[in-house]
Amino acid sequence: MSSSPAGGSGAPGERVGEPLVEVEDLEVHFPAGGRRDRRVVRAVDGVSFTLARGETFGLVGESGCGKSTTGLALLRLVEPTAGRVHFDGTDVRGLSRRDLRAWRRRAGMIFQDPYASLDPRLPVGEIVGEALDIHDLHQGKQARRARIAELLERVGLAAAAADRYPHEFSGGQRQRVGIARALAGEPDFLVCDEPIAALDVSIQAQVMNLLAELQRDLGLTYLFIAHDLAAVQHVSDRIAVMYLGRIVELADRATLYRSPQHPYTRALLSAIPVPDPVRERQRERVPLVGDVPTPLDPPSGCRFRTRCPEVFEACGRVDPVLQPVGPGREGGGALPDVGSDPRAQGHLAACLLHGETGRPVERSDHRDAREAAPAG
Amino acid sequence: MSGQHPPAGGAHGAAAAASGAGPDGGADLVLSVRDLEVSFGTKRGTARVVRGLDYDLARGETLAIVGESGSGKSVSTLALTKLIPIPPGRVTGTAHLGEVDLIGLSEQELLPYRGRRIGFVFQDPMTSLNPVHTIGRQLTEGMRHHLRLSEADARDRAVDLLRQVGIPGAEHRLDDYPHQFSGGMRQRVVIAIGLSCGPDVLVADEATTALDVTTQAQLVDLVGQLQADLGMAVIWITHDLGVVAGIADRVLVMYAGEVVEQASVEELFARPRHPYTVGLLASLPVLGDFDRDELTAIPGLPPSATDLPPGCSFHPRCTFRDDPRCEHERPPLREVAPGHRVRSFYMVPEEEARHAAASERVAVEPPDVRDQGVVS
Ligand SMILES: Nc1ncnc2c1ncn2[C@@H]1O[C@H](COP(=O)(O)OP(=O)(O)OP(=O)(O)O)[C@@H](O)[C@H]1O
Ligand SMILES: Nc1ncnc2c1ncn2[C@@H]1O[C@H](COP(=O)(O)OP(=O)(O)O)[C@@H](O)[C@H]1O
Ligand code: SF4
Ligand code: SF4
Ligand SMILES: [Mg+2]
Ligand SMILES: [Mg+2]
Repeated sequence: MSSSPAGGSGAPGERVGEPLVEVEDLEVHFPAGGRRDRRVVRAVDGVSFTLARGETFGLVGESGCGKSTTGLALLRLVEPTAGRVHFDGTDVRGLSRRDLRAWRRRAGMIFQDPYASLDPRLPVGEIVGEALDIHDLHQGKQARRARIAELLERVGLAAAAADRYPHEFSGGQRQRVGIARALAGEPDFLVCDEPIAALDVSIQAQVMNLLAELQRDLGLTYLFIAHDLAAVQHVSDRIAVMYLGRIVELADRATLYRSPQHPYTRALLSAIPVPDPVRERQRERVPLVGDVPTPLDPPSGCRFRTRCPEVFEACGRVDPVLQPVGPGREGGGALPDVGSDPRAQGHLAACLLHGETGRPVERSDHRDAREAAPAG
Repeated sequence: MSGQHPPAGGAHGAAAAASGAGPDGGADLVLSVRDLEVSFGTKRGTARVVRGLDYDLARGETLAIVGESGSGKSVSTLALTKLIPIPPGRVTGTAHLGEVDLIGLSEQELLPYRGRRIGFVFQDPMTSLNPVHTIGRQLTEGMRHHLRLSEADARDRAVDLLRQVGIPGAEHRLDDYPHQFSGGMRQRVVIAIGLSCGPDVLVADEATTALDVTTQAQLVDLVGQLQADLGMAVIWITHDLGVVAGIADRVLVMYAGEVVEQASVEELFARPRHPYTVGLLASLPVLGDFDRDELTAIPGLPPSATDLPPGCSFHPRCTFRDDPRCEHERPPLREVAPGHRVRSFYMVPEEEARHAAASERVAVEPPDVRDQGVVS
């Protein structure tokens, strides 16, 4: 970033819409558990998206599909095995250890579990203070104390909370402490990984409202990870749906809801219970058979084909890539250039019903390569 | 299928609810709870965690108990068969299962009821299943003990049960261990165990909370279908109002150990009258609601059971509080419409309550996932 030391202090809105985080073909593979097992867990397996400064980008999908791993990899809290991550022009994967530490100031994380993510032995003031120390901010006893108080108040806690320990707080309050800690470095960007999942319904709204308020005031950009699509839809500008290590659909929140184009998104939407007995009982569900396959050995071709109600012949021999879909986009085509504003990218889905755009499955790719044939 | 409960010629859910619902229900009554109180002796004094619960449950009916964590949902059902530690726990009141008052029974006398007449399905399949025993052994244990089936008969029935809950290849899975199943399949096994002895009442305590929505949808449908086939009554404990809308005949809303509102599911969602219920509904993000920037959060935190506020237990958080009695007097449960009871001095006007209801908040109907063409 050019001038301001951190987004928090720059005028919010100044560069809204410019690309802030660019992710290209991100891959995170973990070694499979066993000592002799040479296979890999394809936790994230070719994920691309671009976040616009000032937006909230939602990431949804079922347990184990790679949401958290994606978030962690963006911050290099796990090392990507391949792909490109650029943050405001900086190649994050190329940063040295030292530069990485300095960079971390600008990109923070809020975790799901407000119990496990705070050190129980430290008073809350120290938890926040530590984060200041790491970045050499607000040194000197007075300045440090004042800044801790300011951060706690910023998230709706009393300054006096600084002297109390995490166990003295409720889940929602602990989550606020976690947010105050994440704000300590005055970041531009926060990965929020299931920040409300562990909270009571009546407290979830408080935390969502706080995150929205901070975004307005500080010009923050969020990657908001959650499995609760209703919450994601409420907070996000755009939403990406993940399945088995890939993004299968990406659109602005209203489009995703009104005209989902990937069969998985439709199934997901249809499964979300709506708190209205009349509608909930009339709704037709898209039934999904079976379970999510293991990321050790994802199906060849389309990864969703083992459960897809619309599966057809091409699905086993072509691995679909994200392509433009929706009105006026029949037949797919190349991805639009997102240089200026990533939000102009439009509606994308990775499904062959929209056109056979993808990588043909090669013989060596998979056991059932019998089905393999060049894509049309 | 139980042999104890021949299918009642199509008379299930709706029929039973229509005939026997509401307190003072008719002949179809299975369970009748009156003035149930549960307290625990703790270091900080007596925790009054369930305070005067009354409800009736008819054959084939689904009663949902909603409320935030700690409101007493689990304890109020665990106490029915003394599945809480006594002491420090203490249970008073009555709970008639047919002619028998369960609360008056000794530990020994309760054994034939636990898992036999009242089945339980808990949230976490990993703690409900023993990792070192096969699925088959865990499934047949109860049937051999309670129903005195031979090993061969119990195994036959176990296969039937697994098939019913949708485990593919059921006959080959009895000798598998829990870790060989996915989370969703384990929860299916736990449901099968809950059903195995043909209970009169199945208590599903956050049974689908830990699962993905697509799996949750499958299991919710499954329980509904089994209930229709077997005529059993279900107590469904959850904090998810969407699930409640889909499955419940009647709803109890609990707050700080007491019922604050109780109504048929249609009535509760269309005409909530208690400030807490209205607050809960208004704080939910609703799919398709793109108009709200801010959710109407309920301020503050639920009270601790050892330190209940005087008067109405919701008064410190109540934004409708307008009566001097709120702070001093415990409001009685008042009937505001047939079968609709509210514990408040103030009834939220219908107009205002409607604003919170999800049915009023969805600008756009979700797409009809069946008929929609691929490219819209
Ligand atoms: N350190 C690790 N070593 C091996 N496998 C891992 C590791 N971290 C994650 N995985 C695997 O990677 C896959 C993706 O995990 P991830 O935590 O990103 O999922 P998620 O989408 O966040 O799921 P949830 O909704 O349950 O949080 C899973 O199969 C998981 O088991
Ligand atoms: N064994 C116990 N000893 C003391 N308190 C308990 C015990 N079990 C539950 N409680 C308390 O009872 C209250 C209600 O708990 P519970 O029924 O589990 O809530 P819910 O299921 O609604 O989340 C809580 O305050 C909880 O801390
Ligand atoms: S590519 Fe085939 S299997 Fe995959 S989502 Fe589309 S129709 Fe279904
Ligand atoms: S009794 Fe008073 S404080 Fe309690 S819910 Fe009703 S209005 Fe609010
Ligand atoms: Mg995760
Ligand atoms: Mg509970």
